[in-house]
Amino acid sequence: METRAFCSQSNVVIVAGKGGVGKTTVAATLALTAARCGLRTLLVDVEGTGSLPALFGRAGRLDYVATTLEPPGSDHAEITGRAVTPDDALVEYLDDHGLRRVSKRMATTGTLELVATAIPGIKDILVLGKIKQLEQAGAGTDLIVVDAPAAGHAVSFLATARGMLDAIGVGPIRSQSADVLELITDPERCQVMLVTLPEETPVNEAVETAFLLEDRAGVKLTPVVVNGLVPTLELSADSATAARDAGVGLSGQAAVALDAAASFRRRRQELQAAQVSRLAAELPLPQLHLPLLWTTDPGRAELGSLADELAGGIARLPPAAHQPVRATGVTSARP
Amino acid sequence: MIVCAGPGGVGKTTTAAAIAVHAAVCGRRACVVTIDPARRLADALGLATLDNDPRPVDGPWPAGGGLWALMLDTKSTFDDLVRRYASGPAQAEAILANRFYRNISGALSGTQEYMAVEKLFELHETDRFDLVVVDTPPTRQALDFLDAPRRLVRFLDNRIFRLLMMPTRAGLRAAGLATQLFLRTVSRVVGGEVVREALAFFSAFEGLEEGFRDRTDRVEALLRSPATGFVLVASPRAGATGEAVYFLERLEEAGVEVAAVVENRVLPHFGVPEELTSGKDAATRDPGGFGALIANAADLGRLASSEEHHIAVLAGRAPGADLVRVPYLDDEVHDMEGLLDVGRHLFTDRAGRRRDQPEPTPDPGER
Repeated sequence: METRAFCSQSNVVIVAGKGGVGKTTVAATLALTAARCGLRTLLVDVEGTGSLPALFGRAGRLDYVATTLEPPGSDHAEITGRAVTPDDALVEYLDDHGLRRVSKRMATTGTLELVATAIPGIKDILVLGKIKQLEQAGAGTDLIVVDAPAAGHAVSFLATARGMLDAIGVGPIRSQSADVLELITDPERCQVMLVTLPEETPVNEAVETAFLLEDRAGVKLTPVVVNGLVPTLELSADSATAARDAGVGLSGQAAVALDAAASFRRRRQELQAAQVSRLAAELPLPQLHLPLLWTTDPGRAELGSLADELAGGIARLPPAAHQPVRATGVTSARP
Repeated sequence: MIVCAGPGGVGKTTTAAAIAVHAAVCGRRACVVTIDPARRLADALGLATLDNDPRPVDGPWPAGGGLWALMLDTKSTFDDLVRRYASGPAQAEAILANRFYRNISGALSGTQEYMAVEKLFELHETDRFDLVVVDTPPTRQALDFLDAPRRLVRFLDNRIFRLLMMPTRAGLRAAGLATQLFLRTVSRVVGGEVVREALAFFSAFEGLEEGFRDRTDRVEALLRSPATGFVLVASPRAGATGEAVYFLERLEEAGVEVAAVVENRVLPHFGVPEELTSGKDAATRDPGGFGALIANAADLGRLASSEEHHIAVLAGRAPGADLVRVPYLDDEVHDMEGLLDVGRHLFTDRAGRRRDQPEPTPDPGER
C-alpha cells in the first residue's frame, strides 16, 4: 500500500495500547511517517504527561496551545503537538457556552471532580469533543494522531459516547456525545491503531481490546503495530568454531560469554515469533512490525529509523482496505 | 506490612506475589493483596474472581508457613466501609442504592488506591498474618495511594454541597441562594438528574464523614509506622524511571522511607570483552557466522548500558534503599515455580549471598 494513501485513510488516528508497549513512540512514528508524505500532522497527548517532545529532541511538556515539534522541511510537512487534558477541555467548553464565570468556580470548589464522579466518562467526552472540534476546524492540519490513555482505559475512553447518550436525556453534553459518536464510528474520519509487544500478556490484551473496541465502540481498526521486535539474527551455537573460521583468536571466557548472549537472543527470537503468529491467528488484522532499537531512550534519530521501518511495513501491506476483525462488521467503502 | 508501589507495566503485581510466596516458603503466614493480575498469574494464585476474603494457596510451605491471596474488590470494600459507619441498615442501603455512590465506588480516581490501603489496614487489624503484601494500582498524574484517603475525605466533605444543604438546617439563605444559582447553571450543562443524584448522595451520607476521617487518620498512621515497608518497583526504561523518581519524591515529602528498589526485567550482562564489540570492522569481518555473534553481543551490550544509566539514576535518588535487580526472565511468570524463582532473585544479591540471612526475617521491608 502506498504510504500517503495509508496515512490519509482517516482524519484522526487514535493510538492505543497497554502501558509500557511504546504507544507514545508509535504515535510519534506515525506522525513523522505522515509528515514525510507531505501531510501536516498534529500530535495530541491526552494525559499531559507524555514524553512526546523528547522524541523530537525537544525539552519540556506539551501545552494546551499547539507548538511545533518538527518545523516543515524540504522532505516533510510540519508536525505540531498539543496536550488536551479534561480540565483544560472543560474550561474551554464552558467558555464557549458562555459560562466562563462558572468554569472558574467549578474548578476552585471541586465541583468539576463532583461532576466527573456523577457522570464518569464526562472527561473522555470533553477530550474527544475537543479532538472532534480540531478535526472539524481542519485548518492547517491534514492528520491528527492521538496518543490515547494507557491500559484498558482505551475501551471505556472510546465507548463512553454511546453510554453517555443513554444516560443523559438533554443538554449540551448529550449533543457533544452524539457528535463524538459520529466521529469515532465514521472510518473516514477516525480509526484506531492498536500497539502491542511480542509478549504473552500484551498480545492477550491487544486481542481482547480489538474485539471490544469494534463491538462496543464501533470503531475501525488500522493494522495492529507490534513494537519492540528483536531483529532476527542467524546465530551459530558454537562461537569458538565460528571465531576460528573467521580467523579470530578467542579466549575461552569470551567464547562462553558470546554463546550465552547468542542463546539469550535465540530464545527471545523464538518466543517473539511464537507470539507474533499467535497474534496473527487470534486477531485477523494485518500487522506492522517495528524493531527494538537497543536503547531505553529513543530520540529524534531513532524516531527517523522507526519511521523508515513503518513506511516499509506499510509498503508491504496489500493495497485493499482490510476487513473488520469481526466478519459481520461494517466494511468501509473506502477505495 | 509491605506496600509495592511504582509505575504501571513494570511487574508490580508479580513482585508483590513473589515476596509473599518467598515469605511463605520461609515459614511465615503471608497474604498478598493483588490488583488486576494477568490471567495466568491469577490462576496460579487460585484467584478466579474478585474476592474480599483471603483464600489459602497451595504451595511448598513448611510447617507454620502459608500463603493467602485476594484480588481486591474495590466496590465491596467500599460497601463494607459504608455499612460499618452508617447509623443503621436504612442509611447504609440509601447510600448503597444511590447511583452517584455507585459511580464513586467504581470510577472516582483514587478510590482503588484508597481501598487497597484500606484492605491492608483491615488485614493488619485481624492479626491473622505475619506479613501482608499489597500491590497498588498504576499511578496517574499527581495522584497516588498516599493522597487517596485524604482526597476522598475531602471529596466527601465537598463545600459547595455542604453549603447547599445548610439552608434546610441552619437557615443560611444567602449562601444558599448563590449556590442554588450556581447549581442551576451546572444542571443546564450536565442535566438536572445528575445534580439531583449527587444531592441525594450527600444528604444520605450525612454523619458518615467523621467515621471516614477517623479511619483515614489511622490508615495513614499505619502507612507511616515502622511496621510498613515500601518497595518501589521499576523497570529500566525512560518512562518508568521518570515515574519512579517522581514516586520517590512524593514518598519523601510524605516522610516515608523506601526500604528497597526493585528493578525488574533487567537485561543480563554476559561479560563479552569490550574489545570484541568495539572494533568497527568486527561485525563486517564475517557477517555470516562470527560477525553475527559479535553484532548480537554489541546490541545487547548497548541496551544493557542504556539500562544501567536508568538504574544508576534511580539508585542515586534512593541511597538508603536496597537495590534489587530481577533479570529478564525467559518466560512470563505465570505459575508457582515462576514466583519462587522471582523470589530467589529478589532475595539473593549479585554475589550470590542471600539477602534474607542472617536477618531473622526474609522481607526487605522490615528492619
